[in-house]
Amino acid sequence: MTYIKKPIFRHPSLPTNEIGLTYRDYEGVVSTLCAGCGHDSITASIIDACYELSLPAHKIAKLSGIGCSSKTPNYFLNNAHGFNSVHGRMPSVATGANLANRDLVYIGVSGDGDTASIGLGQYCHAIRRQLNLTYICENNGTYGLTKGQFSATNDKESKNKKGLDNPFGAIDLAIMAIELGAGFVARSFSGDKEQLVPLLKSALQYNGFSFIDVISPCVTFNNHGYSTKSYDYIREHRSLFGELDFIPEEETINTSYAEGETVTIKLHNGNDISFKKLGADHDPTDPHKVLNTLRNNRSDGKVTTGLLYVDPDKSDLHDTLNTSSKPLNSLSMNDLCPGGEELEEINNQFR
Amino acid sequence: MMKPTDTKNPNYYHKVVDCQWACPAHTPVPEYIRLIAQRKYTEAYMINWESNVFPGVLGRTCDRPCEPACRRVRVEEEPVAICRLKRAAADNKSDVSSLLPEIPSKKNGKKIALIGGGPASLTVARDLMPLGYDCTVYEKDPKAGGLMRTNIPSFRLPVGVIDEEVDRILDFGVVKKFNEEVKSLKSIIQQDYDAIFIGTGAPKGKDLDIPGREEASSNIHVGIDWLTSVAFKHVDKIGKKVVVIGGGNTAMDCCRTSLRLGGKDVKVTVRSPKADMKASDWEIEEAELEGIPIFDNHSPKEFVHENGKLKGVLFEKMEAKYKDGKRKLIPTGETIFFECDDVLLAIGQENAFPWIERDIGIEFNQWNQPEVNKVTFQSTLPRVFFGGDAAWGPENIIWAVAHGHQAAISIDHFCNNKDLEDRPSPLTNLVSQKMGIHEWSYPNDISNSDRFAVPHAEKELSLTDLNMEVELGYDEKLAFEEAQRCLNCDIQTVFSESLCIECDACVDICPIDCINFTQNDTEENLRKKLTVPALNLSQDILVSDNLKTGRVMVKDEDMCLHCGLCAERCPTGAWDMQKFTYIEAHADKSSIFEYVE
Repeated sequence: MTYIKKPIFRHPSLPTNEIGLTYRDYEGVVSTLCAGCGHDSITASIIDACYELSLPAHKIAKLSGIGCSSKTPNYFLNNAHGFNSVHGRMPSVATGANLANRDLVYIGVSGDGDTASIGLGQYCHAIRRQLNLTYICENNGTYGLTKGQFSATNDKESKNKKGLDNPFGAIDLAIMAIELGAGFVARSFSGDKEQLVPLLKSALQYNGFSFIDVISPCVTFNNHGYSTKSYDYIREHRSLFGELDFIPEEETINTSYAEGETVTIKLHNGNDISFKKLGADHDPTDPHKVLNTLRNNRSDGKVTTGLLYVDPDKSDLHDTLNTSSKPLNSLSMNDLCPGGEELEEINNQFR
Repeated sequence: MMKPTDTKNPNYYHKVVDCQWACPAHTPVPEYIRLIAQRKYTEAYMINWESNVFPGVLGRTCDRPCEPACRRVRVEEEPVAICRLKRAAADNKSDVSSLLPEIPSKKNGKKIALIGGGPASLTVARDLMPLGYDCTVYEKDPKAGGLMRTNIPSFRLPVGVIDEEVDRILDFGVVKKFNEEVKSLKSIIQQDYDAIFIGTGAPKGKDLDIPGREEASSNIHVGIDWLTSVAFKHVDKIGKKVVVIGGGNTAMDCCRTSLRLGGKDVKVTVRSPKADMKASDWEIEEAELEGIPIFDNHSPKEFVHENGKLKGVLFEKMEAKYKDGKRKLIPTGETIFFECDDVLLAIGQENAFPWIERDIGIEFNQWNQPEVNKVTFQSTLPRVFFGGDAAWGPENIIWAVAHGHQAAISIDHFCNNKDLEDRPSPLTNLVSQKMGIHEWSYPNDISNSDRFAVPHAEKELSLTDLNMEVELGYDEKLAFEEAQRCLNCDIQTVFSESLCIECDACVDICPIDCINFTQNDTEENLRKKLTVPALNLSQDILVSDNLKTGRVMVKDEDMCLHCGLCAERCPTGAWDMQKFTYIEAHADKSSIFEYVE
């Protein structure tokens, strides 16, 4: 890790966003992860996405479980709310927080161990319930903190650093998310901010459960010649599933899209996603086709990245449960204790 | 498409070290600042001495071209106090005699005449004496030092500091011909000197030819002559009311000296707007701190006198008009009268050579200036060299020193029948500073402090004593704190493309966003498309060869803090922090660096 604090000096010409902040106002402390860790690039992308969306940090909650990935919320958004929870239990804590305060933007950061092993049940149920959360899985296929054992997302074709075979097949978290009914599913690569940042922006603006599986090479244990999650391997085997552009609401009116090749997807809050198809089978709104493509690419040894699936009309957990439209902490005494007449009326309904 | 940057060219990394690049003598500034922080004052002093010969003098009086160039100006606002740190090294050093070059007892048989005993001539002597030359200095004043001694008042530069650094060179065995004004160059040429160096400075103060000048002349003084008289104690008082005419550093020295010699109401008047004054900002500031008002846009019209007794000066107010970036001073017709007892003229100075015969082979141009080669400092008479203010008019001490070093190389080549145009290369070196995974042999955790002010003596005391130094200098603690502000620009960010895995770690950590990975392009386009566009064209961009993904690494040198975080976060060592040493070639090749390293 780096001993010194990142100098406070910034480039005098650094641009500011709509709320007058530079991206550096969205930083956290200096990372303690290994130098060159893919997770740090994801951190930088989250910083960029929040900066570009001009989100105020105090309206964001960042939550995580345990693992290298789950340490990263300390490295971004110093002024956001944060909860570093128990291993694999980030979705439970996020559910509680979200039900109590629906007005915050929720960023859940997890890893392949935290999600695909100990937290798999939590992961499935958060999707099933359509929790309004951006769930980022920083996926490096290895248990870095415990010195590089295979994780549940590590491909069968891959070997460990010492050349030993992986006896088990991989869990594909993106396919799982689509099958479980997630409304927004994407896969990306930590080494490609041009793709990752628009995906993060779209996911953060999506109302409902959004999942991004980010392949993030572990430089220490899983960036070798037999790895299928190394920088070189991903760069060589990546198959792009469309190109995504996030268009903020104020620009949506003036943006014209090329016919045929581009699909425009309107999000609940007025922003658009423009999706440029790169192949005939690229239709992110048809889950069957998407699953087919993913499986075919997989058997061809390709890693499909991009926005894989989106359903802009899904209802989220609050809609389903018909919860309070306001955060609980903003309910007044009168809201909570509406008085005798109100009680009488409610009781009358049951008579 | 840009080609990969040629970092083997010594100028590439040298230019990144803004202070050293801007210094006429190319003093290795960051190196001596680090030594000051380690309390190695003697070594810091000697590194200075090797480059600029007069660290104690320059640490108080240098024009400091290094400071406006300092990277800290671009990154925050105030430069590192390089000049005053130099003084801290001089103040705190111990005996340096054992570190001085040896002077051979057996001479090489070559005799050199140095005319004028100022910084340029003394630098030539400093470089040639260790090589066995026999040097003779001709000086019209009783002591050597030139303008350092005569024109800089002792409250800015104590005599002891000049004596120490001038005598150090004279004690190499220089033959002193003092109180001996050379009236004819021919007479020198006729002697058996192998080469002659002319470093007579710019000793002629400009006069102001307006009505009343002649009649009231007993109370109108040419500033530099008056300062010289003060320095040699021929003058020790001045009238109560003094008007100083002029806006350069000499004017500032004149007005502040007047205050100490009995002046009560001392004014400075300048023809131009204050913003265009030639004096250094800090000299103006010091004068104003002592309560001296500066009247700008005042053009002198007449010295008013009664039967030859000066009564005051009549000025006309001017107005500055700007057209196409050019300034014009327009008289407004409004006149102002300042009553005074004495006037000091500080409106410029020039070099003058009434003592050089025009028929001895030295060509003079249409402005009556000698033709001097810009690289070799040789005149059209091969044996005669010029340097310092004598060569091309008034500059400053540090330029005189730089000229002296170059002229010494030329004289050495000349005396050994070597080609004068064949200049020796600088000594350069590039060494990794890595000590451990995250440890460097330089302090990369830079200070966020603002520039530290130099403590001053109490005004009540210093204004009554001409010899009391106004600035007290940094003490050790302040010097350390100020030294920590240095960004160590000589510790270079060296990139090896073959090691890079393009993980972006350096891009993410860089506090100043100067590192980019992008498609190659023309320089103009590349500069524009960086994360923060590289719009300062005076600073280079470092471009790598093609990387695995076909992109190139582009780093804008402009704002880089040299904090080394890119190298700390690099998993493969593709970035490394390496110390770039650049030592200007001198005639005397012995180097303190062998001792320091």
